[in-house]
Amino acid sequence: MRSLRLSKNWLYLPLIGMAIFYLIPMYVMIITGFKAFDEISLKTMWDLPRGIAFDNYMEAFAKLSPSLWNSFLMVIPAALISSALGSLNGFVLAKWKFRGADVIFPFILFGMFIPYQSILIPLVQFMNAAGITGLPGLAMAHIIYGIPITTLTFRNYYASLPQELLEAAKIDGASMLGIYRYILLPISLPSFVVVLIWQFTSAWNDFLFAVVLTSNTDWPITVALNNMAGSQIIAWNVQMAGSLLAALPTLLVYIFLGRYFLRGLLAGSLKG
Amino acid sequence: MTKDKDRVLNIILVSPSILAVLIFVYGFIAWSVRVSLSKWKGLNPDYTWNSINNYIDLFKDPRFAVDVKNTLIFTGVFVIGSLSLGFLLAVMLDQGLRGEGFFRSLFLFPMAISYIVTGVVWRWLMNPAMGSRMSGFNLLFTNLGLDSLVNAWHTTPQWGMAAIALAAIWQMSGYTMALYLAGLRAIPQELKEAARIDGASEAQIYRHIMIPLLAPVTLSALIILGHMSLKVFDLIVAIAGKQLQLDVPAIYMWQATFDGLFYGRGAAIGIILLLSVAILIIPYIRYTLKTEAQQ
Repeated sequence: MRSLRLSKNWLYLPLIGMAIFYLIPMYVMIITGFKAFDEISLKTMWDLPRGIAFDNYMEAFAKLSPSLWNSFLMVIPAALISSALGSLNGFVLAKWKFRGADVIFPFILFGMFIPYQSILIPLVQFMNAAGITGLPGLAMAHIIYGIPITTLTFRNYYASLPQELLEAAKIDGASMLGIYRYILLPISLPSFVVVLIWQFTSAWNDFLFAVVLTSNTDWPITVALNNMAGSQIIAWNVQMAGSLLAALPTLLVYIFLGRYFLRGLLAGSLKG
Repeated sequence: MTKDKDRVLNIILVSPSILAVLIFVYGFIAWSVRVSLSKWKGLNPDYTWNSINNYIDLFKDPRFAVDVKNTLIFTGVFVIGSLSLGFLLAVMLDQGLRGEGFFRSLFLFPMAISYIVTGVVWRWLMNPAMGSRMSGFNLLFTNLGLDSLVNAWHTTPQWGMAAIALAAIWQMSGYTMALYLAGLRAIPQELKEAARIDGASEAQIYRHIMIPLLAPVTLSALIILGHMSLKVFDLIVAIAGKQLQLDVPAIYMWQATFDGLFYGRGAAIGIILLLSVAILIIPYIRYTLKTEAQQ
């Protein structure tokens, strides 16, 4: 057995090779960001910085801070509200099945796979007609189109709980809302973390809704970064620093709560 | 009595969500279909009946033909690349090596980043400039003495989409790895042991036991990756802007509608995209719910 274990050590070679491949873009973003302006040159773009400077991050932050703020303002309520809705829906669909619940569920699920190009024109027309523009409109789009995945995640979790848990409470005379409030909600925290992270990440990273529903004063970070990168005036080093700023919130969430992030990912492929 | 009250409460709790999905998904799809059958062109809605002419025009449109070809190249490279890389990574990580968790987290982190960030960084890494303006991967290859690898990346005629797919593989192969790893972990260890006792080599075990048992995972991954590549949009916008050479249906839809104000044509592209996704996804949802019900 021991020799078997030893013989597998060669696997570290391809694994480290792949690790380098995955880290290259991060490497470029980070080292470029820490270089001083006078150190920036194409020839030395792969070299480590000589010292630690913040020129690039300061400049990128000055340009992007309004849109970073916009992203937070839009993403936090969107994630909270769509998680709450998902939990209620999941509870009803898993434990209090009304007639037709099993018919409705696949129709809700399909909503999470549609290409949004197929609803984009009506969405923009509707939002404009209803006067819901800018960040509130964008948050609303993320809440509504997030319902399928949040509902799915909570439904799968609640369905995995033993029915006896509810039966006992029912015999004790608990109402439906009482069961939700006192029995399911307290043990739902892990699912809430999964769903909140998922919704935070997908709303933060979204570009399509943002680019059609917002204009320059309320651009979230993805649109602002893309426009910055598309303009000829802003140097590549500032673009790299800006990319890191745009990636940082979701990266930090991933680094600290990666386990929950993975569960959200698997739920997204219906394999929760 | 309470039963009836609960039933009413049930409906009150879920109906806002169901109504929202009904309107914003199905109502809006129907609305898009109606727009795609209209002559609407310009800022003001115009629902004059145009039958299926927008669709017929698209199938005659050379730009749409390029889009279809680009989508096929992207899908081929992206799906095959992510599947094989994800599978290999999962098999390597399934050997019980120390540091498995570290590598797993590392291969998966690009999933947390937006396509826009990936695109902005990869655009710079795949900078096609030559000579004294050379940078990114091309510069790295030259520094390492691998001059033969220097290439024009996404600006390569015909095959530029393959370079875009490379960035997408970087982003999504960790996800495929996670799917395969979950699948590998679900296979009982005794099966492998039994085969080993019967004298099967590791390669034979994978070939004849693991890969066939992983077929459902491969199918899911194939469908999820395939439907993603039909929808690819942000990544290309961030890498290539609106270059026609790297056009795909999602970008054409966006430009036709919001830049060109050809609403009828934009809606038709959206509906074609929806149909192509539906062909993959509807059987998948049915299959998943059916297996779930059997368990």
